[in-house]
Amino acid sequence: MTTAPTTAGSGRNVGHGRRVIVAWIVSSIVATPLVAIFLGPILPPGNGSEQAHGQVIDNTVMTATITPVLCLLVVFFVYALTQFRPAPGAALEDGPPLRHHNGVQVSWMVLTTLTVLFLAGFGTYELLENGAGGGQGPSPVAVPTGVSHMMQVQAIGQQWNWTYRYPAYGGLETQQLFLPEHTYVELHVTSLDVIHSFWAYALGVKADANPGEDNIAYVLTRGPMSFEIRCAELCGLWHGYMYQTAHIVPQSQFTAWIKQQQSIDGSIAKYLPKYARIYYPDPQRRAG
Amino acid sequence: MSAIAVDVRPPVWRRLVGFNLLTAVILGIGGWYAGWFGAHAIAGSSLDYFGAIDFNELSLVLGYFGGVVGFLIGLGFANYPLARLRGYPASLREKETQGAGRYFSLCTDHKVVGIQYLWGIGLFFFIGGLNAMLIRTELLRPDHQVFPAGTYLTIVGVHGSMMMGMMSSGILGPFANYLVPIMIGARRMAFPRIEALTFWILMAAGAILQTTVFWGGFPTGWTGYEPLNIEAYQGMDCYIIFFALVGISMTLLGINMIATIVTMRAPGLTWTRLPIFVWGMLSTALLMALAAPVLVCTLSMALFDRVVQTNFYVAAQGGSSYLYENLFWIFGHPEVYILALPGFAIVLELLPVFARKPLWGYRLAVAGLLGVSLLSWFVWQHHIFVSGINGDLRPFYMLSTELISIPTGFTFLCGMMTLWRGKIRFTTPMLFCLAWFFNFLLGGLSGVFLSDVPSDVTTHGSFFSMAHFHYTIMGGLVFTFFAAIYYWVPKMTGVQLSERLGKIHFWWMFLAFNSTFAPLFAIGFLGQPRRVVTYAKSLQFLNDWVSISAFVLGLSLLFFLATFVYQLAFVKKPAGANPWASRSIEFQLPSPVPVHNFDRIPVFSGDPYGYGEGPAPSWVPAGAPAGRD
Amino acid sequence: MRTGAKLLLTGLGVVVAGVLIGFYVSKLTTLQGSAAYAAPIRQVAGKPVVHLKIETVAAVGPKLAPNPDFVSYLIQNSQGTWLRRTVWQLPANATVHVTIYNFDGASGLRNAYLARPEGIDGNHITIDGKPASVINPDDASHTFAIPAYHLIVAVPGVGDNAKNQCGYAPCPLSNAHRTIQFTFHTGAPGHYRWQCFVPCAAGWIDGFGGPMQTIGYMDGFINVKA
Repeated sequence: MTTAPTTAGSGRNVGHGRRVIVAWIVSSIVATPLVAIFLGPILPPGNGSEQAHGQVIDNTVMTATITPVLCLLVVFFVYALTQFRPAPGAALEDGPPLRHHNGVQVSWMVLTTLTVLFLAGFGTYELLENGAGGGQGPSPVAVPTGVSHMMQVQAIGQQWNWTYRYPAYGGLETQQLFLPEHTYVELHVTSLDVIHSFWAYALGVKADANPGEDNIAYVLTRGPMSFEIRCAELCGLWHGYMYQTAHIVPQSQFTAWIKQQQSIDGSIAKYLPKYARIYYPDPQRRAG
Repeated sequence: MSAIAVDVRPPVWRRLVGFNLLTAVILGIGGWYAGWFGAHAIAGSSLDYFGAIDFNELSLVLGYFGGVVGFLIGLGFANYPLARLRGYPASLREKETQGAGRYFSLCTDHKVVGIQYLWGIGLFFFIGGLNAMLIRTELLRPDHQVFPAGTYLTIVGVHGSMMMGMMSSGILGPFANYLVPIMIGARRMAFPRIEALTFWILMAAGAILQTTVFWGGFPTGWTGYEPLNIEAYQGMDCYIIFFALVGISMTLLGINMIATIVTMRAPGLTWTRLPIFVWGMLSTALLMALAAPVLVCTLSMALFDRVVQTNFYVAAQGGSSYLYENLFWIFGHPEVYILALPGFAIVLELLPVFARKPLWGYRLAVAGLLGVSLLSWFVWQHHIFVSGINGDLRPFYMLSTELISIPTGFTFLCGMMTLWRGKIRFTTPMLFCLAWFFNFLLGGLSGVFLSDVPSDVTTHGSFFSMAHFHYTIMGGLVFTFFAAIYYWVPKMTGVQLSERLGKIHFWWMFLAFNSTFAPLFAIGFLGQPRRVVTYAKSLQFLNDWVSISAFVLGLSLLFFLATFVYQLAFVKKPAGANPWASRSIEFQLPSPVPVHNFDRIPVFSGDPYGYGEGPAPSWVPAGAPAGRD
Repeated sequence: MRTGAKLLLTGLGVVVAGVLIGFYVSKLTTLQGSAAYAAPIRQVAGKPVVHLKIETVAAVGPKLAPNPDFVSYLIQNSQGTWLRRTVWQLPANATVHVTIYNFDGASGLRNAYLARPEGIDGNHITIDGKPASVINPDDASHTFAIPAYHLIVAVPGVGDNAKNQCGYAPCPLSNAHRTIQFTFHTGAPGHYRWQCFVPCAAGWIDGFGGPMQTIGYMDGFINVKA
């Protein structure tokens, strides 16, 4: 064998490019709808709330968008690794000295840029629509529009448990989280000590709990359900155990639960600090 | 100085008591106690605070400070400046050219430092890996404590810090130090003594991190978030000192690399002829030199908060935990590209050799490396999308994060088009490079979910993000690290590694790696947070699958270690000067590379990728040495 | 070097690495105070009943811990000895009577809400023989809380000017102390963590370092066995 590229079958350009592009387009056209239709609905975090549902759509769009990228790479590598090899037992030979190709470079840049801009644009749209369940700090930008009434609930992280306060019910504090169904909730997350993160997976809500900061997230609940709340930011010894079960219940049941909590909390009510968006509790450092 | 002086070796006893690792350890321990007792003498009785918490934090910090200083003096880093201050000629021990003792002491030969780095980093890589095995042992059962909860967090933290801290220099340390001077036609790095210093600081740092288990460990993971950091036990100081030392080492390494590449290129080696590997090291070094100082400052403030009760990060006292998060990730995001970029560079450097084609789109590849390097400064807040940081820049950071896939895409395109119509040889280094495409593709595509705010709400802080960065860092960096080992170790040691054993290692590691980390995407999607000691019972099957795969992965690495040592020590199959038929200049030199690299400085007439463009030019002139440097 | 010497060196390296790894892992798996204390079980009307006698002390003392100034929980075994063990083995579906002798002063709760007893029989505790359904959060010295059971009991502290305060544990009942009694019920088998919510770790920011983050002092498990 010589190094001349024309002698070897795979050395000559016999329409490799056309084959790869056709295979890519065909596989993308087949795979993308399949992914969107069958994989999309089972993507997390489910449909426990409006925000979670929005995330499922977002995840579906993104998965569908990256499917053609995956197809291109798979098609390319399967083709290249099977086709572009020296003949068995051949002596060492060089391939054709291709150094660049403007058309390929420009179309690759255009395609990747368009994909990226589309993803960022779509993500921004989903975010600004209703906040997507993420914590946005004390002065949120992505506020759900057209909502007349929001129920405020405060989640207080401390080492190592969550407690909740309901300002609409005199700052009532509880050990468990109950939310009424089909209600827009304005969730205020804060911490008394270190950074925690309030993660209600099924509701698509995650908001860090920072000391001295009011982190607001919005969520529109759907039908009754129970869901897990976990801490998603390493907060010390019991981080792995900082989870609990919360409930979305019908309005009547919620009212009854509030009444029950108010009655058993009667004794502590006078000791609770006034409801506030952040707390700097004493003692900060205990003397020896 | 005369060339004869360096070749005269002192007797054995003199070499043992001279400046080497042994004296360094002894002086290090001495320095530790000096600092410890000194701090007790100064502050022990005057601070009630230390009595209340049952330890004197200052003494531990000063102890480690004294230990590091003693260690470096013991290695002989003070000899040169002291000798020059006193007006005497400097000792030349550091310029020794033969003997195994060089590897255990201060040596300014860049090839010795490279090999020191390879073994030193390898040691800590295996310690980090051992900790990973312990993590997976704990997670075999959802609610059973193999390790006490706090100890588990320490193991997680040591694994993360060890891997992030030590492997930051995983390519620049061994391979760039060894190869960059050769590739640019130089005989040494710009600052050889600083080059050695970066290595020994890193070793001291790694040892200090490991001692955290004797001081109660630390609960924060590798990110060290405040104010948990202030709350933590003494072991936290080990973490802070470790990472600050790593930061110093990285800064110096980066500056040294930039200075070398910019100023010491041989005649004819223009910027467009520079091997892409050198470009990759340059773009990584830029990140290192600029990002690591931020880390050092951040951690200094954390140390002050802990030791002298400043309140930089205490919200109730006017500080802010966001300050730490921001500063840490201003370092932290460039840091992950410090880990990823060398992988890009190695893949692009090796593909032409094994596809037998020129590197396709050289300028595009360079633009890709520099573009990633530049853009990585503008994305850090995607780590804190849901933290509630005020001033809503999330759409901007979403865009900037996703923009990074454009220069990353350049690397993919150049790599893929280099394979196009090539004559691909599936050697072990090539297999590791091809695996990079697979792993980094999955890592990159999963990164889309983390860069997008709505889906990041679910994936942030979960096993999904953990799987993502293991695909990009372990799949991206560690696989190319092994590609580099199989490709360049024959050049560095003169021992050819077995292709058969290498391929067994590759397939074993590749399959076990994917079997370990692919299910973690599912575990994260199903809602398991990171760094938990207990998890939902419904996820036990997946977690067990991952744990068992992780053990198999660990065994594949042990297999590598055993075969590697076996071949280097016992088989010793000699490598030719150019086992891969590469056109790169290091393969025009004998294996291993002679002490002064080149007898005469080479003159470059092109880039090293001219496959299929005629016979390889020889850039190394034959002839007598043109004096020592 | 000869092959024999190299083999010897390699073998030596493997042995040293093995010993170091073994030492490291054994260091990590063991922790003082993490060994389980199995509470003696009585059967009353066919149901298991357990009585836990607990002491909370401001300083655990040099005999019981490497850190003598750490605040700690102690548990009394059937011989009357105080042990620094915070992992307790309890039977499933059992009635658990708890008596806490608190020798520590008040620190105050960071979250006042946790001063109200919950998750125990009658949602009230007995303090020095008198029933109480709440204590002043500022008087809280410690809490005993099992979050999985929604169980919280705040323990009031000894007054600052009380005479005869205990120095180092174990503290005899002749020292100034408060006695808190309550009853709760275990459920299904499993590991449930318990902890203190009062920022009682002196010196640490937010009072939550050291003993508050080490199993064996202010944190532990109840291992509920069938």
